[in-house]
Parts: sequence; C-alpha cells; structure tokens
Amino acid sequence: MAYINELTVLTFLLILGFVAGTFAEGRHYNSIKKRERMLKRIPAISMRTPPDMNCDQVLVSGNIVIANDYFKLFVAGLKGIFGGQLNTYESLLDRGRREAVLRMKEEARKLNARLIVNVKLTTSNLGVAQNKSSGSLEVYAYGTALIAK
Amino acid sequence: MLISNLEIVFGKKIIKHLGLVQGSSVRAKHAGRDIMAGLKNLVGGELVGYTELLQESRKEATDRMIEQAQAVGANAVLNIRYSTSSIAAGAAEIYVYGTAVVLTEDLS
Repeated sequence: MAYINELTVLTFLLILGFVAGTFAEGRHYNSIKKRERMLKRIPAISMRTPPDMNCDQVLVSGNIVIANDYFKLFVAGLKGIFGGQLNTYESLLDRGRREAVLRMKEEARKLNARLIVNVKLTTSNLGVAQNKSSGSLEVYAYGTALIAK
Repeated sequence: MLISNLEIVFGKKIIKHLGLVQGSSVRAKHAGRDIMAGLKNLVGGELVGYTELLQESRKEATDRMIEQAQAVGANAVLNIRYSTSSIAAGAAEIYVYGTAVVLTEDLS
C-alpha cells in the first residue's frame, strides 16, 4: 500500500513538472526571442581587441540561476543509464546562456553603449540540492561595454 | 577605480604594472531560499534568490579586489576574470582576479 502512495506522488510530480515546465519554457523562449530582437543593435562580440574608437569602457554583466523541472530531471536520469544526447539539459543551458547575455545587454543599453566586446561566459553547477544533482546551474556573462564619448 | 576585462584603456597609457590582485567570496544560501529553490526544482525556471545571492557575492569579491588594488596604489585593474566553483553542497566561491596598473592620460 505504501508504495502505491509513493507512485501516486511521483506521477503527480512528473505531471506537474511536465505541464508547468513546458509552459514556463515556452514563455521564457518567447520572451528571449522578443528581447533578442529588441537588443539586436547592441552586438556582443567575443573579440578581445575593440575596433579603434574613442570611447569609454565599462564592465557590464548578467547572470541567472536556472533549474530544470522534475519531469526533465527524471527523463535525464533515465537517459543517463543508456547514454546519448540529453536534450533536456541542452535547452536549459541554451535558455540560461541567452538570458544571461540579454541581461548583460540590457545593462549596456541603460548606459547607451553601442557594442560589447570581450564577452566571456562561465557556467557552474551550484550543487543546490545537498546530495543529488538538482539540475540547476548558473550562467554568468560579462564583457566590456563601449560608450561613445 | 577603473575595472575592465580588456587589456588596454582608450586614451590612457599604462605607466606601471603592480601585479596580480584578487578577491574572493564564499556564500551559502539560507534555509528560506533553499526551500523555495526546492519547490522551483519541481516546476523549473529561474531561482531568483540564488541569482541575487550570486550577484551580491560577485560584488563583494570585486570590492575586495578593488581594496587590494587601492592598497598597492593602483588606479585601474585590467584584464579581470571571474570564476565560480562550488566547494561544498550549497556554497559557492566567486573568485575574481586581474592586473593592477597605474594609468595616466596619453598625451601623444
């Protein structure tokens, strides 16, 4: 009897994770695409040497801590047995990186910057849950914004 | 204090290198944030509490680096890098390092 209860809880969590997670991801992607179009005019490039310009340079950055939902975590756990591509983590990383870059660009826009150079992205697992891989990670993006004097 | 992750500053000249300066900060989340994060792990999405925590942590590390740079008499820190490592469950270290330099106006 006890394990039927557990199974019910697991099923409930999986359905909750799937529904809420899919909804949240779709909404996040829509927001990312919209803001990426808006911020297209401030390119973020990874070149170290800026084009020769007489401008001020300011460090700008953006970060996000983002987590997978329960369903995706479960699927990733299952796939971990057989190996192969973990799509669920790929979309999480993709969202995280794009969001971090967008936040950096938003900071640059407030400063009226025209370009961000030497952009660096770092990703780290936070180990949020004590003893298991929680599927949450942090992405940090930083670079130098160039502002025309 | 000018902080940049480029190696040059437009219109300025480096007259003295003062070596590496660094700052670090280790923070752990508190229980309230942890519970919220646990819930968020079910439905997915951004963990706002952690985002803020790490932002504060980066600021603290950067401030420590600036303090060190001021102590050696620099007026800028160039080519800075950030790195993060999770050293224990629920605690993250933010580390920032760069080169302390003295800049003057380039009159040429």
